[in-house]
Amino acid sequence: MKYYDKLIFELSKEGRTGYSLPANRFPAAPELPVALRREASLDLPEVSEVDVVRHYTNLSQMNFGVDTGFYPLGSCTMKYNPKVNEEVAALPGFTGLHPLMHAGLTKGALKVYQEMNKALAAITGMEAFTFDPCAGAHGELTGLMIMRQYHMMRGDLKRTKVIVPDSAHGTNPASAAVCGLEIVEVKSLENGRVDVEALKPLLDETVAGMMMTNPNTLGLFETQIKEITELVHGIGGLMYYDGANMNPLMGVVRPGDMGFDIMHLNLHKTFSTPHGGGGPGSGPVGVAAHLVDCLPDIRVSGFHGNFGVILRAYAYILMLGKQNLKKVGQYSVLSANYIKECLKDAYKLPIEGVCKHEFVFDGLINDGAHDDVHGATTLDVAKRLLDFGFHAPTIYFPLLFHQALMIEPTETESKETIDAFIDVMHKIAEEAAEDPRILQEAPHNAPIKRPDETAAARNPILKFKDAQ
Amino acid sequence: MAGFPYFPHTEADVQSMLDRIGVKKVEDLYADVPKEFVKKGAYALPDAMSEPEVRAWMNGLAGMNARLKVFVGAGAYDHYTPSVIPYITSRSEFLTAYTPYQCEISQGTLRYIFEYQSMVCELTGMDISNASLYDGPTAAAEAMKMAVACTKKKTRVLLSQGLLPHVIKVVETYAKFHGVEIGYVPVMDGQTCPNCLKAELAKGDVAGLIAPEINRYGIVEDHTGFADALHAAKALLVEYCDPSTLAVIKSPAEWGADIAVGDGQSLGIPLCFGGPYVGFMGVKKEYMRKMPGRIVGQTTDKDGKRAYVLTLQAREQHIKREKATSNICSNESLMALWVTVYLSLMGPEGLREVNRISCDGAHYLKDALMATGQFEDPFPGKPFLKEFVLKPKKFPGMMQKRLEEAGYFAALDTEEGYVSFCVTEQRTKEEIDGLVQIVKEG
Repeated sequence: MKYYDKLIFELSKEGRTGYSLPANRFPAAPELPVALRREASLDLPEVSEVDVVRHYTNLSQMNFGVDTGFYPLGSCTMKYNPKVNEEVAALPGFTGLHPLMHAGLTKGALKVYQEMNKALAAITGMEAFTFDPCAGAHGELTGLMIMRQYHMMRGDLKRTKVIVPDSAHGTNPASAAVCGLEIVEVKSLENGRVDVEALKPLLDETVAGMMMTNPNTLGLFETQIKEITELVHGIGGLMYYDGANMNPLMGVVRPGDMGFDIMHLNLHKTFSTPHGGGGPGSGPVGVAAHLVDCLPDIRVSGFHGNFGVILRAYAYILMLGKQNLKKVGQYSVLSANYIKECLKDAYKLPIEGVCKHEFVFDGLINDGAHDDVHGATTLDVAKRLLDFGFHAPTIYFPLLFHQALMIEPTETESKETIDAFIDVMHKIAEEAAEDPRILQEAPHNAPIKRPDETAAARNPILKFKDAQ
Repeated sequence: MAGFPYFPHTEADVQSMLDRIGVKKVEDLYADVPKEFVKKGAYALPDAMSEPEVRAWMNGLAGMNARLKVFVGAGAYDHYTPSVIPYITSRSEFLTAYTPYQCEISQGTLRYIFEYQSMVCELTGMDISNASLYDGPTAAAEAMKMAVACTKKKTRVLLSQGLLPHVIKVVETYAKFHGVEIGYVPVMDGQTCPNCLKAELAKGDVAGLIAPEINRYGIVEDHTGFADALHAAKALLVEYCDPSTLAVIKSPAEWGADIAVGDGQSLGIPLCFGGPYVGFMGVKKEYMRKMPGRIVGQTTDKDGKRAYVLTLQAREQHIKREKATSNICSNESLMALWVTVYLSLMGPEGLREVNRISCDGAHYLKDALMATGQFEDPFPGKPFLKEFVLKPKKFPGMMQKRLEEAGYFAALDTEEGYVSFCVTEQRTKEEIDGLVQIVKEG
């Protein structure tokens, strides 16, 4: 990757244009009243089309994507994004549809929603889905709104708490807070699972429900899920399934069968749509039959959610079909366990045993610390990986361990790719033991070295004009 | 069984991996799952399709949708998309990247977000922009929450009834569950009523007002005095705007807004049945630490090179959990790139020209429709740009049907019994004349 140091504003030259618009063949409309007119300057770049194409092409070359290489970012399910998905989502019959066109004009689009509803219901064991949420956290919020709506519709207004495990994704408590719920944290056991005994005293008639991801963020299946759902249902609460970790269960286990009442899916994780550098995503929310009536009043986005993303996921499901669904789950679990077993001689594995699609190491076994030399941290391992052409795993999450390094390979990586990653991870561990400074100074050959993040936060420069 | 293009595993690979793990078969890796939860029998899914079959099937579905000339806006505008944009946004280095957590290999994403933030600030006149939100209505909902957070202890937020219906509905949904009471400021004489606003403020407990720069009737509103009235009541002014039109109408900052929000769709993003679009938010500097979402900042690396990073993360869910300013994580990064490339190509003059052509075309259409004698003008003399409403003298159903048959999506019914029209630079004089001819015949 080559460093390129321009901003589009710095290419601007007065009088240069990059647009092509039809000639104005209409009579001039009356001018706006002076009081309504913009008086402020409008300093957008003035650049040619060639400038724009070269600039953004150069920027793209400082970026790493799934198409560049292996991206074992835990809990993010960075699987390959099939290209046929992109092709069908770009069909003018879809992209030209105005969102307010009535059903008679949008039969094809509505059929996509119907078929997706059927497919996701079949895959998850839920009854019906809403496709309005635009991301995973947006789905969580929507699901919690449905949870509260359910209780409100029954006139049960005292349920203001939601139980969240301490290993949960940060979005879980944040979504609950936006939804006006009080968060009650339940601890994990030494073996990484929810502590059922600690859960019991938290359960009473003020609990709206409980959020869980299963497998949890340690990649471990919550083996006591049946007991947990029975306990929560027993006090009249609902079970919410955070679908961020659905990939290993694809074709094997359905959240609905485990007793969950509400769930979201991340189409941009489990269903292969590209992450786009942080969206657009899509977070459809599924509910069990007894909650379908709670859906209509809840409107969380402007129109019909991110239709373009839903189209891509639909194409993926068509390709998978019933024949390949199970392989998604199985291969993702196979690859994760293989990496875990191959690397646990060099990285601390805090909880032994079989994992699902991902697992967590707690840093290096030998971080190279001796005398006056500090040991290499998880951050250092992550940065060193970049030098070898791999994206780093998720780091310092979950919060249960100090040096968490969370690895999720997905089902779309070959054994050769995975073996190459394992070799590099071993090499990095050897480097750490010999001279941790190699890691601490990494990356050595990325477009930039480590940035000064403290200065960025202390003296925020958040737009071009701040920088001038 | 035949191979599958997204699974690279050969039988030999699987076997050697199982051997290394020390289990016999893949199913053994699910031994910890209670047996009753392992799905028995086949999933109720269609048979797998090949790529040519998927392509044909999806083409068939696309063909079931009408292909009409769009003369409706109401929050989604058929502006032109320069060819360069999909070409750039399809570059897989942008498309297939995750959120830029590893900044050293994400400078491309981080730089375009910084440019995007700069452009949002330029258009709105605000000090700080975030990296994007889901869409306009959710951006308004975030502004509602922010107004409450910035004005401690106040629990009521006012909405202008001139806001688009879908914006109101989403803000109401968020408010209901977030514990915020919504008050309404009616539209009088075609614009958010200043005296009604003052009356609502006099009732007290108001955290802010969300008002549209251009309302649901297409009228450019005059917000003179709004900011002063709100600030005197220690409440915030939130301007909801169509960013394309900010090239010609007063910016939120010029109205004295504390927060500017809206949908970036009008900046060259295709209609696509409502998404993906991109919500934007610009705020005054004093509210920086209350802002939701990602923010990119400029700094230097160890060698002194200019570098970009995600910053001010102490506001965010992965650090603060339930105390975060919002739950937002993934946003609409690629659509922010879409908007950034659009604004780079259009520049200040291109954006003004888009407004000129759209505005002139809309006035031409309105004059011609009024000349048919079939409509009344509910808001005579009110300033508008590309969008307007008319009151049909007779039930419009037949006219709408004939417009559809002739290839037009126009005259959308509104809640108030009007029909709305919109003209962008993509609509030709011939199309407009054709539309008017059909109305005349009806």
